[in-house]
Amino acid sequence: MSRNLLELQNITKSYDGQLILDDLTLDIHENSFVTFLGPSGCGKTTTLRIIGGFEKPDKGRVLFDGKDITNLPANKRQLNTVFQKYALFPHMSIEDNIAFGLRIKNKTDAYIKDKIKYALKLVNLDGFEKRSIDSLSGGQQQRIAIARAIVNEPRLLLLDEPLGALDLKLRQEMQYELIRLKNELGITFIYVTHDQEEALTMSDYVVVMNQGYIQQAGSPEQIYNEPENAFVADFIGDSNIVPGIMVEDYHVRIFGADFKCVDAGFGNNKPVDVVIRPEDLEIIDDDDPRAILHGEMTHIIFKGEIYEMECTTPDGFEWLIHSTELHEPGKKVGLYVKPSNIQVMNKPESEDEEALGVEE
Amino acid sequence: MEKLKSALSNCYLSLIVLFMYAPIATLVVLSFNSGRSRAQWSGFTTDWYVAMWADETIMAALRNTVIIAFLSAFVATVLGTLAAIAINNMKPVSKNIIMSITNVPMLNADIVTGISLMLCFIAFRISLGFHTILMAHITFNLPYVILSVMPKVRQASKETYEAALDLGATPFQAFLTVVLPELMPGVTSGFMLAFTMSLDDFIITHFTRGAGIDTISTLVYSQVRKGISPTMYALSTVIFLTVFIVLMIGNYAPEWAKKRKRTV
Repeated sequence: MSRNLLELQNITKSYDGQLILDDLTLDIHENSFVTFLGPSGCGKTTTLRIIGGFEKPDKGRVLFDGKDITNLPANKRQLNTVFQKYALFPHMSIEDNIAFGLRIKNKTDAYIKDKIKYALKLVNLDGFEKRSIDSLSGGQQQRIAIARAIVNEPRLLLLDEPLGALDLKLRQEMQYELIRLKNELGITFIYVTHDQEEALTMSDYVVVMNQGYIQQAGSPEQIYNEPENAFVADFIGDSNIVPGIMVEDYHVRIFGADFKCVDAGFGNNKPVDVVIRPEDLEIIDDDDPRAILHGEMTHIIFKGEIYEMECTTPDGFEWLIHSTELHEPGKKVGLYVKPSNIQVMNKPESEDEEALGVEE
Repeated sequence: MEKLKSALSNCYLSLIVLFMYAPIATLVVLSFNSGRSRAQWSGFTTDWYVAMWADETIMAALRNTVIIAFLSAFVATVLGTLAAIAINNMKPVSKNIIMSITNVPMLNADIVTGISLMLCFIAFRISLGFHTILMAHITFNLPYVILSVMPKVRQASKETYEAALDLGATPFQAFLTVVLPELMPGVTSGFMLAFTMSLDDFIITHFTRGAGIDTISTLVYSQVRKGISPTMYALSTVIFLTVFIVLMIGNYAPEWAKKRKRTV
């Protein structure tokens, strides 16, 4: 793995007595695409503003390339930000917007002209130099905001929910654009979003945050397949989170039914939380010997590529199931889950941790 | 029916304009009257305008008026703009208090403002003269500037300022290149307003001027007592036109700027 470009050490921040970030520590590797993911108010934007130099932490240090930049003002940092509402300068042409940072640095006109051309090409807006900002659509404005940031050749680009204001189709297009840009430019991206799909699609590394804490940090696969707690499991995608008992290693009991699993090391007869993703539940015939749970189909919603269905088991739990096969409500079925698709998590130990969990 | 309606409304509008501008039109006409009579037309002349330009007291008063209007409007615009930004960054409670405090002088009767400024200057042993008129004008212009800049300050996005910092600008550079242009429509209209308020003012100037210094308004007032010379009609016409033109520029400049931007 490459070396650390940015290190956050024990960052604490509060506003008006309310704790926003609590002792946050995180390393960000050079050349990675890191996403801060969490619900609004989780502290992700504050973290970004501290990195950008717009806020000072109450405690803790920010290291950039090994140097302490905690007290360095925003205009002296080797990084640039793409703001949520674009923050383009409305009284300037596109050209002047992009040239802003370069003119501040007293670059030559020829250099600036080249750079503008290069940046506009990179964001697929060649020939837009003389246009005014109001003549652009939201997606185009966002591309200009990105172009304006990258001409300065930052080592780190901060993106604060940059696609939040765009419609779904455009958002998906821009996601691919951003990945392409990141690969072409070879700079580190830190991306803030509350959209879990966006986070999983684009990032190398996802940091799930809630209430000022990092809940889990890891690759998108790790976050999705091996959530460490109920909050992460619930926030990332749909999931069935059920209480269970870890009878022994590789053996968990849910609602009295015994499941084989691949998790170990929890101890015997320990209460745990179990996550099963809706697409991992297989609907089979009621009399199929593989069936572990038996229930009745209750709800069905057509979602386009899949059916979203609910199957109620005799204990009253409604299992959420995603499948391309339709099973009519009222049908008695059996359910099966592959051992590797069962994710066992520790129950929250302290009340403090419990507070971070999912709202029921 | 619709025709009648629009004819009536046009009629109404014309009447309003007539009543508003008839006195001024009379003044303008009389300024070209060769006789001194106010009731009789004796023939067209521009002599009064020539006489006005030749009259050294009138010219001195005109110079004073314009210089005071320009300087007081400029200083009030600078101070008022900075004040508006500062007030906007205050906590809501202090913001409301300060805004009420700045609004009071606008509602205050001019004569009260004038007398209290005069008393204040005397109490602090400041001799009355050009500088006291200037200070007085800056004082009464300030609230108007704050009032016209404030809405723009409130609209201005904090993000563009931060974006400028992010791109390497110092806070001062960011203010000049990004924040100020956003406030500019409010700043220019504040300046225009202050300029015309200062040109117009008589009462406050009357109380804060020292002996031997006159602005147009105080000069007209002192001449009224001696019997008005038609040079004063000519002068009043010039003042009216100046104010009229300044106001027109103030009102239409933003639109012209927009049009020019669009064609570019």
